[in-house]
Amino acid sequence: MALRNYILVCGGTGCESAGADSIYKNLISECELQGVADEVQIIKTGCFGFCEQGPIVKILPEDSFYVQVKPEDAKELVSEHIVKGREVARLLYNKNESKKHAKVEDIEFYQKQFRIVLRNCGFINPENIDEYVAREGYAALEKVLFEMTPDDVINELKVAGLRGRGGAGFPSWMKWNFTKQVEDDVKYVVCNADEGDPGAYMDRSTLEGDPHSILEAMTIAGYTCGASKGYIYIRAEYPLAIKRLEIAMGQAREYGLLGEDILGSGFGFDIEIRLGAGAFVCGEETALLASIEGERGMPRPRPPFPAVKGLWGRPTVINNVETWANIPVILLKGGEWFSKIGTDDSKGTKVFALTGKIRNSGLVEVPMGTTLREIIFDIGGGIANGREFKAVQTGGPSGGVITKEHLDTPIDYGSLTGLGSMMGSGGMIVMDEDDCIVDVTKFYLGFSVDESCGKCSPCRIGGRSLYNLLDKITKGDGEMEDIDKMKEIGAAMKKASLCGLGQTAPNPILSTLHYFEKEYLAHIKDKRCPAGKCKELISYNILADKCIGCTACARKCPVDAIIGERRQLHRIDPDLCIKCGVCLETCKFGAVFVR
Amino acid sequence: MAKMTLEALRALREEKKSALNKRDVEGKTAQIVVGMGTCGIAAGAKGALDGFLAAIDEYKLDNVAVTQTGCMGLCYVEPTVEVIVEGMPNVIYGKVDAEVAKKIVKDHVMHKQMVSEHVFDRPAADIFNGGGK
Ligand SMILES: Cc1cc2nc3c(=O)[nH]c(=O)nc-3n(C[C@H](O)[C@H](O)[C@H](O)COP(=O)(O)O)c2cc1C
Repeated sequence: MALRNYILVCGGTGCESAGADSIYKNLISECELQGVADEVQIIKTGCFGFCEQGPIVKILPEDSFYVQVKPEDAKELVSEHIVKGREVARLLYNKNESKKHAKVEDIEFYQKQFRIVLRNCGFINPENIDEYVAREGYAALEKVLFEMTPDDVINELKVAGLRGRGGAGFPSWMKWNFTKQVEDDVKYVVCNADEGDPGAYMDRSTLEGDPHSILEAMTIAGYTCGASKGYIYIRAEYPLAIKRLEIAMGQAREYGLLGEDILGSGFGFDIEIRLGAGAFVCGEETALLASIEGERGMPRPRPPFPAVKGLWGRPTVINNVETWANIPVILLKGGEWFSKIGTDDSKGTKVFALTGKIRNSGLVEVPMGTTLREIIFDIGGGIANGREFKAVQTGGPSGGVITKEHLDTPIDYGSLTGLGSMMGSGGMIVMDEDDCIVDVTKFYLGFSVDESCGKCSPCRIGGRSLYNLLDKITKGDGEMEDIDKMKEIGAAMKKASLCGLGQTAPNPILSTLHYFEKEYLAHIKDKRCPAGKCKELISYNILADKCIGCTACARKCPVDAIIGERRQLHRIDPDLCIKCGVCLETCKFGAVFVR
Repeated sequence: MAKMTLEALRALREEKKSALNKRDVEGKTAQIVVGMGTCGIAAGAKGALDGFLAAIDEYKLDNVAVTQTGCMGLCYVEPTVEVIVEGMPNVIYGKVDAEVAKKIVKDHVMHKQMVSEHVFDRPAADIFNGGGK
């Protein structure tokens, strides 16, 4: 029995509470009334994102996306769409809304996402080169080898306006051009797959899902800049990505897409994998190159930049995984096409790893210029558990927070820097009212202190001092002058540190001091943690009018700090309490609270 | 396969393109693609994969291919799979364990009925095919 249509009703919590269930039932009864029940299946689905626009109904195979549907719309949806085959225009999501940042006319889409980097992820079998080839794979390499000069390639990247996705956003064409212009018979191409930011996994997913795109792009760079050898520096903690890269390299060699005389062009190029031990600083380009050379992974002063004097002193193009993944598409579809996506400042798309207190965590790719609100609320479905949005952390340990007032800022390199954060590699951690800003900041500082290589003293000593001050504040020993001290040390580290790690490590503090000074003051002056996170500053208490004396909390307390007879008011002994929070979780009557 | 010439690569692309568009793997009419990135595997994609294979065995189906792919980006509902059956829209299922896998084989592949509660949305249109799918 072949069905004509499938009606998908979003069954996410947001849509359910807005009446999705009545819509579902009405659609079933309408289909029966109008005699099409045998031709249609009505299905409840998981959350579509777009919760703010819910309830959502999608009809297949037409792919019609209806928003803000009401139960009484069921009749019209069935009589118009199903029976007469006409879309109900008044309920359709405005597709132009999504095209706002991607002026690419030939694609009709209602999603906010636009996939260039992740074009093949979750689509092809990454262990089968034929599937990559079928999706225009190695077509850009063909075009470059047989139809383009190195200058043409660089010009195309210039027109495209691609900027490095590893964090700093340096124009890729300039880097390539520097290396191309240096006269040297040995040059190198390097892929930075060290990905060390907490919460980031964009590069890992790209390598696991589409390894050939990186190989193809590096080969193109080899041809353009005059290099015949490439290295992929990847952390050993990514075994699946490494395995898929190895399989891909084997297949590419077999097909003659790596190795000597590629496709009979006379150009030869090959790639080797180098495993890193997972030190964050080895993601910094000069430390990374030292690590490939077999040295300890420590940065060195720049200039000279790797583009001129890199691996073993030779000119070296080094780019991030995501940067590489863009290259084949740019060369196939043209720099012009790419430059229509995004903002004046930043072209193309950005992949973000959306995590934290978000309903639909995941990997998203959006055109530059998309707002944080669109990412968090339309794609991510908003904050989980009905809590309030507090801030979003971008740029990891080098970045900062962005608050509610700035949710509508179109995201690009410039706008994020302007807000005191940065694009970084693409980790995006959403926080709600239960997250303590000082505590979160301490986490990032702790990370930078652990990962500092210790070579330069501003980073080694400054980072530790900043961490100690934060620690003091979260323990209730903070003093007003600590704030100025932190600002002063931070400013010195920014100026004097040798590499980006130390230069950006104070950012989380400076940014949160700017946006959440009140929360710091609550810790310092009132010795209070408003979010109830900092253990030394909170106490657990029992509300007299809610406690029924069921003894549940007392039985669960691991240190017997809860006193009270059955059916009598209970009390928590503050001297014994270790603030583990078990009583709060256990109480069914909402009688336990944190102060 | 020996090293390829430009012509051979182009011919291969054309041949594989039509196969991939039809998702026609060796003449099978249905295909189940399991998301096997680190995230999917950590969430139990191997269990789902085994569930599909067991169900296909149990129902003695010989027209179904099971393959793997990378991360689809829907971390909150891993493991995810895409199910492609002739005459039906392609569907992404999330939170697929062995039991759901069996239901998908029985309802979706054999009876062309989608499995409620587990359908999710493909996150983005395809830049190569110029449209949603
Ligand atoms: C402490 C530190 C860590 C870094 N980690 C990474 C990383 O994991 N991956 C990456 O691509 N770039 C990382 N970078 C940036 C690189 O130094 C470099 O800018 C990048 O590889 C250039 O590539 P792109 O132009 O394609 O962005 C890091 C920089 C610093 C200072």
